[in-house]
Amino acid sequence: MTDAHYHSIRFDTSACHGCMACMRVCPTEAIRIRRGQATMLEDRCIDCGECIKVCTKNAVVPLTASPAGLGHFDYMIAVPSPALYTQFDLDVTPGTIHQALRNSGFDAAATLSWSCGAVTHAIDLFLSEYRGPGPLISSFCPSVVRLVQIKYPELVDQLLPVLSPREVAAREAKQRASADTGLPLDRIHAVYITPCPAKMVSIVDHPGMDASHIDSAVGISDLFPLLAPVIREVQTRGAKVPETETAAGLGWAFSISLPSTLPAENTMSVWGLPNVLRILDDIDKGKLQRYTFIECHACFEGCVSGALTVENPYVARARALRLQQSLRKRDPVDPGDMRARHERGEFRTTVPFTMRPPQPLGRDIVTAITRMQERDRVAARLPGIDCGACGSPTCAAFAEDVVIGDADQAQCVVMRQGQLEEQIARMAAGGAPAVRDHNGARRSGDDRH
Amino acid sequence: MIDAEFVRAYEIAGADFTNAGRASTGIKETLKNMGLPSALIRRVAIAAYEAEMNMVMYARHGTMTLHVTPQDVTIDVRDEGPGIPDIALAMQEGYSTATAEMREMGFGAGMGLPNIRRNTDDLAITSEVNRGTALVMRVHVG
Repeated sequence: MTDAHYHSIRFDTSACHGCMACMRVCPTEAIRIRRGQATMLEDRCIDCGECIKVCTKNAVVPLTASPAGLGHFDYMIAVPSPALYTQFDLDVTPGTIHQALRNSGFDAAATLSWSCGAVTHAIDLFLSEYRGPGPLISSFCPSVVRLVQIKYPELVDQLLPVLSPREVAAREAKQRASADTGLPLDRIHAVYITPCPAKMVSIVDHPGMDASHIDSAVGISDLFPLLAPVIREVQTRGAKVPETETAAGLGWAFSISLPSTLPAENTMSVWGLPNVLRILDDIDKGKLQRYTFIECHACFEGCVSGALTVENPYVARARALRLQQSLRKRDPVDPGDMRARHERGEFRTTVPFTMRPPQPLGRDIVTAITRMQERDRVAARLPGIDCGACGSPTCAAFAEDVVIGDADQAQCVVMRQGQLEEQIARMAAGGAPAVRDHNGARRSGDDRH
Repeated sequence: MIDAEFVRAYEIAGADFTNAGRASTGIKETLKNMGLPSALIRRVAIAAYEAEMNMVMYARHGTMTLHVTPQDVTIDVRDEGPGIPDIALAMQEGYSTATAEMREMGFGAGMGLPNIRRNTDDLAITSEVNRGTALVMRVHVG
């Protein structure tokens, strides 16, 4: 299933009060408030989930599956995001969480350490052979990929064509399950336990791949209330739980574990969409070429601060660091095996990343010129204070919305207030009452009937 | 028939490193919004950014005026500043008069004007020492 226009969030019109919190926080200006309701500009949304984080009415609904709605499959594998391990107290080890997942209806829980370590090696091997334009931009955060496709389409060839640890983990776990049970791969279902809705995008429409190895996703916040009591049960029973994870995977909860062979001065880590936007803008201007690899995360604290996590991201990050220290340090990956797999292309994306620039102002250049002129004329009349009361995030966005017919100048309350004050002043001075319609043309007061 | 033309001017303040790059970002966003081919936009954006940084680094004040017609994208750059005594020399790759401070910020590789020439189809430079510099840079749409 691929759907280039798929989005992992929708607005619940019965819950939305039109308060504008989501519109103001949206980093790509993809939200408008129209008739008291939030609406999405689908060609601009990058599924980052910032709107979910700020909505106090639960009106932004992630389209992840509910644990009860997963359906029944012959074999179900849970693929936990490393962020899941950081959501519980420190005495809850990854091994305990795996046991709890198996006790909750999953046939198996995939181990991430191997795939995280493998992808670290795969990045290293890819970069050592790469001779194209730099810097390369990490492609594991689906929101960052969509941001590049939409806002910096010229940079799509600089997205790292290496599979994410979650894809590798799902593929390997499915192959193992198939070998163990004799079931065909299509009867084995991989469910990602996700810290954000954006991962749904890479499941439904994986950039750089024909199809994802993951079949569905459950939000950590949806699974948490079900998993917490099972975890307590596992702990109470006191059975010795074997630890399958090593330290390698935990760092990925908030950052990509960069290959140690990469000189530190040639790499950079960027967190939070406003910062990612600035860095991509610089790359787009031809700057930062001395960097080989730039790791970009849509969320400020990495995956532990995803919109579907439950724990404070700073607490989660501290736990990830502590867990890393307590787990085995051993690199779970055999370098010789890695080179062979790398040469077989096992860690590479299979199709090019596509450009997805949003709808321009006009379909042809003459229309675009005319509309841009009109946009500047409208913008010149606006107050420029970006109050948002019109339902567009900025005066500049509103001017464009007016030009494409999605908004009416009369929606600008500041402009209307000015006209009203003018009218009152004129009446006070003894002049005839007059109103202006929203085109600025003066009509006599009598025309109103 | 008079061809359609979109014109917008951007003011540049010399030594304002906080806002440096905003005009070229604005130009880039505008061209994207007009649906021009992304490869063309990238060339214009790189040339505009180099010109903008030259003004921020050397001039007291300047303007960049964007002109878009169905045939080409032109940026008219004018500044009040020290001027360029030897344009041929300034066009050479690696030649720079950047101060240690500017080099500290990652500029001064002597690639500004050469980069502008590489990314534009037409480039005209006129300059008067102690008065200012004018650049007209054009990229064909077709």
